[in-house]
Amino acid sequence: MELILALAIGVLCGSGIWLLLRPRTFQVIIGLCLLAYGVNLFIFGMGRLRVGAPPVMPKGGFIDPTAYADPVPQALVLTAIVISFATTALFLVVIMVARGMTGSDHVNGIERSETAPLAERSE
Amino acid sequence: MIQSHTISPEHLLIAPLLIPFLAGALMLLYDDRRRWLKLAMGMVSGLALLLVSIRLLNQAEADATMRMYLLGNWPMPMGIVLVVDRLSALMVLLTALLAMPAMIYAAAGWQGKGQHYHSLFQFLLFGLNGAFLTGDLFNLFVFFEVMLAASYGLMLHGSGPDRIKAGLHYIAINLAASLLFLIGIALIYGATGTLNMAELSRISPSLENDLRPLFHMGAATLGLAFLVKAAIWPLCFWLPRTYAAASPPAAAIMAIMSKVGVYAILRLAMLNFAPGMGVSAGFGGPVLILLGLATMIYALFGILAAQGLAWKAGYATLISSGTVIAVVGFALTGGGAMMLSAALYYMVGSTVAVSALFLLAEPLERAAREDEEIPDDGDEEASTVPSVEVLDWWGPMGLGAVEDDDAPATTLPASVTALAMCFIVLVGFVAGLPPFSGFIGKVGIVEGMLGEGGLAGGSNPILVWGFMAVLFASGFAALIALMRFGIRRFWVSPREGTPILALEIAPVGLLLAMLTLLTVQAQASMRFTNQTASTLLTPPAYAQSVLTSTPLRDEDDDEARPSGNGVPFPSIGGHSGLTPATGAGEVPE
Repeated sequence: MELILALAIGVLCGSGIWLLLRPRTFQVIIGLCLLAYGVNLFIFGMGRLRVGAPPVMPKGGFIDPTAYADPVPQALVLTAIVISFATTALFLVVIMVARGMTGSDHVNGIERSETAPLAERSE
Repeated sequence: MIQSHTISPEHLLIAPLLIPFLAGALMLLYDDRRRWLKLAMGMVSGLALLLVSIRLLNQAEADATMRMYLLGNWPMPMGIVLVVDRLSALMVLLTALLAMPAMIYAAAGWQGKGQHYHSLFQFLLFGLNGAFLTGDLFNLFVFFEVMLAASYGLMLHGSGPDRIKAGLHYIAINLAASLLFLIGIALIYGATGTLNMAELSRISPSLENDLRPLFHMGAATLGLAFLVKAAIWPLCFWLPRTYAAASPPAAAIMAIMSKVGVYAILRLAMLNFAPGMGVSAGFGGPVLILLGLATMIYALFGILAAQGLAWKAGYATLISSGTVIAVVGFALTGGGAMMLSAALYYMVGSTVAVSALFLLAEPLERAAREDEEIPDDGDEEASTVPSVEVLDWWGPMGLGAVEDDDAPATTLPASVTALAMCFIVLVGFVAGLPPFSGFIGKVGIVEGMLGEGGLAGGSNPILVWGFMAVLFASGFAALIALMRFGIRRFWVSPREGTPILALEIAPVGLLLAMLTLLTVQAQASMRFTNQTASTLLTPPAYAQSVLTSTPLRDEDDDEARPSGNGVPFPSIGGHSGLTPATGAGEVPE
């Protein structure tokens, strides 16, 4: 299970970083989403992996804390998911506005085919 | 809350969070066209914030103990806590001081150029205050996100392609930095089993050796996220462009946002890696020194090369951040309290000065645009000014010209005079010229480095001398850059009817008054920052007073919550560090 989780985090973060460095805004936002998934899994993994252990204790106080999974990372992941979801949604809006205002989905708002002749012209 | 006996003075601690939060939420209920009502609400909130933060600062100055607020009244290492010590109180006060002028400035017109300006502003204050007051790493993340989300809105306020393009980069960079923040938090939790800063400080010196690399990795990743926010050299390219594109009142309050990153680094580095903190002492110190130096050098050239005043102000922000970060690095490697104290004093002064510079930038550039003589320079590509244009511009005032009877000086409009006076004084503050606070701070830093025990404790002398050289070179560069701008802007024949509203000059005057007060009251301020620095350099005291805080006893609460009466939690999972400190004694009501 450790290997699968580690590989999943690696693949998600790797593809996320690659997409983040691409020049199209859509690729950037997908990259950020994938990175967020990878990071959330990572937080989850940092609370130690336990199979079949519930994070919430039953009513009636503590029995044996070692029989339970650590609930803190799960709570952290939940918060992180909500926050990254909200900020990604906001980013999506900005991207759409940028597309409308600049007429391009390049991250700089200028197509490379436009900039190259411009640079030549000015010389 | 209505029964007066249940409200203890401790509840004052949460007021800096509740005031802007409630004010911002309340504003959302009113139609966006009722801007003056919202402004009035914002001013009331800002004023209340100012009073509360002054009270907190006085409390923090009066006694050495820190004040804690246990949210939900849970016992200590488990519960979430707000902590006010001198540094937090200082930063909260600085936020409140910067908020008022920015709000007044917005009344001159910017509040009408988009929606929900005042609500976003209040939420930004909420996030800022939360980040300064929280004693818990994950809450620091949450408040960072609150602050950032509000800042995205403020940054885009007023719209336009420039803002959207700069905002796109700003948001993308900050989202990536937030993910780094989360990775750092996860690593630290994995290594120590706690996210409470005080508990972390207690555990970190005695951490097992196989967990220490994980802890260091976590701290470094977290540091990276804060360095992005503080705009330190390889991670700083977004800042000048973003702040120049943002509307001036937004940029003025965002000047303190870079200091949130500096604050977080200062707080966490000092708690865990201060000299005397075991094996990890001094971790990251040399890196912070080098990166701080690199930032100062980069900003030094940047401020000379930049054309617009807002861009120059952005680079001035970088100089200020870089200086403080480098001093934090020196303090980590054993630089001593005096240097750190002077750096804190410098940070307060430079943040206010940069904020004023951002406010001044727009009226000046607007007037310049109407003259159509200084090229309108939104981006750096435009910095290659055609020389022909410059000749044309200087032509009428050239050497051969005969002086007119109605010389420009006699017909200088009052508004331009006021702007020029504000500008010249501000240049003194930003560049750190002798009578002003920037100079006092810089001299204090140098004195601290040379004074006690040779060169900044055990630091490399090359680094120390290099830092001092760059410190004064950066001030000199700021002086040249701003003076050159001033000459080109003010020493031309003024055009009639450049509309500068009093509402736009008044906030700058207010900020200048604060700076003057800071300069005049330098001794008292330095005494305060001295105490702050010595508290920062003794992290066990912080950990001790936070961890021994006990929940307030309340008869109604105890029945509802069995764990509220101090029964320690057993250790959960496989973590080593979860041994809560039982309270030393109950807090009398």
